Amino acid sequence: MADKSAVAVSLPPHRMVRRSFMRRLLERRSTVALLMCSPLFLLIAGLVVYPAFYALYLAMLNRRMTQFVGLDNFAFLLKRDTFRLVIFQSCLFAVSSVVLKSFLGFVLAHLMSNIPSGRQRIWRGLLLVPWVIPLALSTLGWWWLFDPSYSAFNYLLNALGIASVPWLGVAWPARLCMITVNVWFGTSFFMIMYLAALKSVPEQLYEAAAIDGAGTFQKMFYVTVPMIRNVISVTVLYSLIVTFANFDIVRILTNGGPESKTHVFATYAFQVGIQSGDIPLGASVSLFMFPLLAVFAYFVLRNVTRRGREMTV
Amino acid sequence: MPMNKVTRRKALKIGAAAAALPLVHIRTAGAAGQVSIALWDHWVGQGNDVMKKQIAAFAEKNKVEVKADLIPSASGQILMVENAEAQAKAGHDIYALSVWEVHNHVDDLEPVDDVVGRLIAKYGKTNDAVEYLCKVKGHWLAVPSSSGTQTKGPEGRISILRDAAGLDVVKMFPGSGTTCPGLDAWTWDAHLKAAEACAKVGKNFGIGLGTTSDSVDFAGSLFAAYGAELVNAKGDITVKSDAMREVLEYAQRLVKVLPKDAVSYDDASNNRALISGQSALIFNPPSPWAVALKDAPAVAADTWHFPAPAGPKGRFLPYLPYMWGIWKFAKNKTAAKELLEYLMQRENVEARENATIGFDIPPFVSMLDFKVWETAEPPKGTLWNYPNHPWHKQVAHIAAMPAPPEIAVQIYNQGTMPTMFAKLLSGQSINDVLGWAENELESFKRA
Repeated sequence: MADKSAVAVSLPPHRMVRRSFMRRLLERRSTVALLMCSPLFLLIAGLVVYPAFYALYLAMLNRRMTQFVGLDNFAFLLKRDTFRLVIFQSCLFAVSSVVLKSFLGFVLAHLMSNIPSGRQRIWRGLLLVPWVIPLALSTLGWWWLFDPSYSAFNYLLNALGIASVPWLGVAWPARLCMITVNVWFGTSFFMIMYLAALKSVPEQLYEAAAIDGAGTFQKMFYVTVPMIRNVISVTVLYSLIVTFANFDIVRILTNGGPESKTHVFATYAFQVGIQSGDIPLGASVSLFMFPLLAVFAYFVLRNVTRRGREMTV
Repeated sequence: MPMNKVTRRKALKIGAAAAALPLVHIRTAGAAGQVSIALWDHWVGQGNDVMKKQIAAFAEKNKVEVKADLIPSASGQILMVENAEAQAKAGHDIYALSVWEVHNHVDDLEPVDDVVGRLIAKYGKTNDAVEYLCKVKGHWLAVPSSSGTQTKGPEGRISILRDAAGLDVVKMFPGSGTTCPGLDAWTWDAHLKAAEACAKVGKNFGIGLGTTSDSVDFAGSLFAAYGAELVNAKGDITVKSDAMREVLEYAQRLVKVLPKDAVSYDDASNNRALISGQSALIFNPPSPWAVALKDAPAVAADTWHFPAPAGPKGRFLPYLPYMWGIWKFAKNKTAAKELLEYLMQRENVEARENATIGFDIPPFVSMLDFKVWETAEPPKGTLWNYPNHPWHKQVAHIAAMPAPPEIAVQIYNQGTMPTMFAKLLSGQSINDVLGWAENELESFKRA
C-alpha cells in the first residue's frame, strides 16, 4: 500500500484521478464481464446486427440499388397477387406446421415420460433422428417418396389398385406434403423440450390433484399445462420464427410450383432477389414478416418473464 | 538555379509515374501477377480437367499465377457466390455468368470490347442471343464462353417416334452432311401430332410445365415460333395479341398429352423420363444421352438429336449461354483479359469440346464444324444436329427475348410462360390466363 501511495504522490493531480478511475473501473466485476463478453458482442454485431440493418437498408432501395425508396418495395409487393399468395402460403405452412408439431410433441412427450427411464433413452434417441439428419438431405428422401414420376407412395397405392396421386403437381396435396415433412422434422424438437419441462413438474402437485379427485385430463389442463406454459410459449415462438424462414423443404419439394402456389417467403425471396436480380425486392420479401414476428415475440417473451416472476414470488 | 529546383508539383508527377510503372509492366505479355477465375463446375468432369490444364499452360507461358475455382450451379450456388462478390466488391477477377447475369450486374462489370472484338475479327460473328445477353449500350460486358453453353433442341427415341408417330428422324435429319430432308415437314403441328401419337402408346413427350429452365426454354421456343411476345423490345406489354391466343390454343391441345406430373417437372425430370424409357422425346442438351451411355445403353443407342420444330414465324432453338465477365473491382484486369482470350482460341475450345463429348456449344458460328458432333456415337451422328448449323434455318433464342433484359429476366426466372401452360392444364380459360399474365408483367416493369 505504501508503494501505491508513493507513486500516487509523485504524479500530477489529474493523472492521479485518471489512474484511480481506470483502476476502479477495471476492478469492477461488471467491467471484466463486459470485456470478456466483448468478442461475443463483436461476433453478434458483425454476423447478426450488421446483416440485419444491411438487409433493411437494401429493402429500401430501388431495383438498381441507386436510389432510396423508403417503404415503396413493401407497398409494391402488397399489390401483387403472387405475393399475397405467398403470404397466405407462408402463414398456412408455418401456423399449421407449428400447431401440429406442438400437439404431436406434447403427446409424444407424455407417452415418453411414462416409459421407464432405461428404455426411454432408446426411444428418445430414435425419435430425435429426424431432427438430427440435415433437413436438405431428409427432404430429398421425402422428395423421392413423393417424386412425380417414380413416387414410392404411388407405387404402393397402385399395388392396392388405387390411382396415383400427383403429390407435388396439385396445389393442396403439395402444400400438405410440405407441412408433413416439416412436422416430421420438427416434432422431435417439441418432444424433447416438453419432456424436459415435464420432468421439472413436482410430483407432489399431481398427488395433491389426485387427492382432490382430479382425473387424467384435469391433471393435464390444471397442473401440467400451467407448469410448462413458459416452455410451450418459448418453443412455439422459436419454431414459428424458424418455420416462417424455412427454405429447404419448399425449394427441394416443389420449388414454389405448381403455379407459384407453394412459395413461402424464403423461396420467393430467393427467386425474386437472387435469380431475378432484384436484391432490394428480395430483401423486402424476406423482411416482410419481421415486424409481425417481432411484436409476437415481444408479447410472448413479456408473458414468459411475467410468469417467471410470479412463480419465484 | 530555379530551373533545377524540385517543386512539390514535380515530385507528385514523379511519384505518380513511379506508381504507374507496375500497371504498365502487367500489360506486357509474360508479366508476373495473380488472377483468379470462378468457373462453372462442368457436369462432364473431363471438361474441368482439360480446362485446368489449359489454365495451367497459360499460367506457365505468361508467368502469371492463376487461381481457378469450380463452382457448381446446383441449388443456385454459382448465383449466390456471384451476388455475394458483387455486393462485397471483392472476390474473383473473372466470374462465369449464366444467361441473365450480365444484365443483373451491368454496373459491376468491366467492358471487354477489345477482347470480344479481336475474337470476332478472328472467328466471325456470334449469334443474336449472345449479343442480346452480353452487350449493353453497345459495349460487350462479358466474353461469350463455350463452357456450359448449350442448346435444348429435341432429343428423341428413334424407334418410338418411327413406330408410334411415323417420324423417321434419322432420315429427316441425317447424322452428317449439310442438308436435312425432313426440315420443312418438322413443324409445331407435326410435333403435336407426334406427341398425341406417342401418348397413345404411353410414351408421352417429357415436356415440363414447371418453372425451371428446361420448361421455360421449351415454352420460349414455342412462343417465339408463333410470334407471341409477352413484352416487346420497347418494354410494352403485348400479351393480349392474336399470336398469343394462337399459341395458347395450340398449348391447350399439347398440355393434354404431356405427362400427368408435367407441372412438377424440374430440370432432371425430363432427363429421367428419357433415360428410363418412359418418354419418346424431350427438349434438352445431350446430357441424358451421355448418362444413358453408361446406365441405359439401349436407350442411348436409340436416341437422336435434331432441330426445333418451326411455327408461323420461324424455327427457334432454345439456347442457354454462359459468359465470362471481369469484375470492375478485379485486381488484374489485363491478365484476366489475356486469359479469357486464350481460353476462347479455337484449339482450346475444341479440346474442351472433345472432352465434354460435344455438350458445350461455342458462341462463334465458325466453330460449329468440330468433328466431335459427327463422330459421337452410338448411334453415329446422333449429335450432328445438336449445334445450330446454318442449314437448320433456326434462330438461337432465349425465352422472353426481345423484351428489355431487366423485364425478360423476371419472365424467365419466374417461369411466366410455362406457368401459363400449367394454368391451361388446370382448366383455366385463355382469357383468365392472359389476365393473370398481364398482371404479372405489369409488376415486372418495376424500375
